[in-house]
Amino acid sequence: MPNRLETYFDRLERTRVWKSIFRSGTGSSTLHNALAIQQNLFLHLFPTKVRKRMVSLSATWYLGTLTLGTFFILVGTGVVLMLYYHPSVPQAYSDVKDLRFVVSSGLFLRNLHRWSAHAMVFLAFAHMFRVFYRGAYRAPREFNWVVGVILLLVTLLLSYTGYLLPWDQLAFWAITVGTNISSAVPLVGDKIRFLLLGGHQVNANALLRFYVLHTVILPLSAVLFLAVHFWRIRKDGGLYVRQSEPGNVENSAQPASEEKKQS
Amino acid sequence: MPTMNTTPHPELASHEVELDRRKFFTQLGLGSLGVAAAGTLAFYYRYLSPNVLFEPSPIVNVGRTENFPTGSVTLDVDSAIYLVHIAEGFFSLSAICTHLGCMTAWKPELNMIACPCHGSRFNREGKKLAGPAPKPLPWLKLWLSDDDELMVDRSITIPELQFLRV
Ligand code: HEM
Ligand code: FES
Repeated sequence: MPNRLETYFDRLERTRVWKSIFRSGTGSSTLHNALAIQQNLFLHLFPTKVRKRMVSLSATWYLGTLTLGTFFILVGTGVVLMLYYHPSVPQAYSDVKDLRFVVSSGLFLRNLHRWSAHAMVFLAFAHMFRVFYRGAYRAPREFNWVVGVILLLVTLLLSYTGYLLPWDQLAFWAITVGTNISSAVPLVGDKIRFLLLGGHQVNANALLRFYVLHTVILPLSAVLFLAVHFWRIRKDGGLYVRQSEPGNVENSAQPASEEKKQS
Repeated sequence: MPTMNTTPHPELASHEVELDRRKFFTQLGLGSLGVAAAGTLAFYYRYLSPNVLFEPSPIVNVGRTENFPTGSVTLDVDSAIYLVHIAEGFFSLSAICTHLGCMTAWKPELNMIACPCHGSRFNREGKKLAGPAPKPLPWLKLWLSDDDELMVDRSITIPELQFLRV
C-alpha cells in the first residue's frame, strides 16, 4: 500500500500541471528539499534547514507556534462571525444575541472566538516570558524582540477593540473607562480619545471605528509583523538554542554561521 | 555610461559642482516628500475628526421644582446628572465618575453616591469620600427657565455650594 501511494505521488509530481505550480522539480536530494522550501512563497520565510534541537519541545515549548495557532483560529471564526454581525447601534447587541441563541453553531463559533482571544493574549505573554528567561532576545535577535513587542501590542489592541463589539453593558463601560485612560495623555489626550471614538461619547461612530480596527486594520498589521517576525528568525540563524550559538563551548561540529549562509 | 558634456565652469572644481547639484535635488526631493507627508497627515487628521455629531444637547430640561421634594437626590440616567434638593436649595451634579467615567448611582441606604467600577464614593454634595476618583463630582450650571422649569447645562461647571433658591 505505501508503495502504491508513493508511485502515485511520483507520477503526480511528474505531471505538467504539478511542475507548473511547484517549480522545485522532483526528487528527494538535499538540494531538492532545500529548493522545495526556497521556491515557495509561504515556506521561504523559513530556513531550508533546521536543527532537530530547535524544533524540540524543550527549546520553545512551542509557545510562539501556539500563539500563531490561536491567531489562525481567530481569523477563521472572526470572518464567519462577520456574516451575521452588523456594526450599528443597537443592532449589534441583538446580532450577538442571535448568534448565541438563533444561528446554528453560532454559539460554538462565538465562544471559540472569545476563548481563543483570551488564549492568544495569554500565549503571547507566555511566549515573551520564555524568550526573556532563555535570553533569546540577545544579539542578533534584538530586533525580533522589538517586532515581538509590536505584535504583543497589536494582540492587546485586537482584544480591546473586539471587547466593544457585543455592545452590552460590559463592553460599553469597559470602552468608556479605557478611552478615558487614553485622555490622560498630556496635551493631546482628549484629542486622541475624540479621534478613537469619533465623538465625545461611546456611540455609533465609536462602534464603527472599533469594528474597522478590529476586523481590518489590526489583523492586517498582525499579518505584516508576523511575516517580519518569522523571516527574522531565519535571518538571525534560527531559533535560539544555547548549544548552537557561535562561541559556545558546548558547540557541536558545525558553527551556526554555516547555517546562516544557507538560509 | 556614455560620457556627457559635463565640462565645469573653469573657476570651480568639477566635483563640487556635480555634488552640489545632486545634493540640492536630493534635498528638494526629500523636502517635498516631507511636505507631502505632513499634508497627508493633516488631511487624515481632519478627515477622522467628525464635523457633525449626533450627540444629545448638553442642555437638559429636568422638570418642575415640585417633582424634587426637600432631601431628595434624583438621578436622571439618560442625561447622567443628579438633581439634589436640600434645605439650602437646589443643585445639579454630574453623575459621571471623575475617575474613569463610569456612571455613579445614589445609594439611599448609605446616604452616598457610589461608583460601581472601582468603588469611588461621594457625599451628596459631590465631595469624594473614598476610592480612586481624583476630584469631586462637578457642579453643573442650573437655572430656572421662563416656564419655571429646572434647566441644566452639562457643559458648564460652576463652583461648589452655589445653590439655586426658589
Ligand atoms: C502575535 C503574537 C506572536 C506570535 C504569533 C509569535 C510567533 C512566534 C513563533 C511561531 C516563533 C517561533 C518560536 C516559538 O515557537 O517560540 C516566535 C519566535 C520569537 N518571538 Fe514571537 N510571536 C508573537 C509575539 C512575540 C512577542 C510578544 C515577543 C517578545 C516581546 C516575541 C519575540 C520572539 C523572539 C525574540 C523569537 C525568536 C525566539 C528564539 O529564537 O528562540 N514574539 N514567535
Ligand atoms: S470609574 Fe468610578 S471608580 Fe473608576
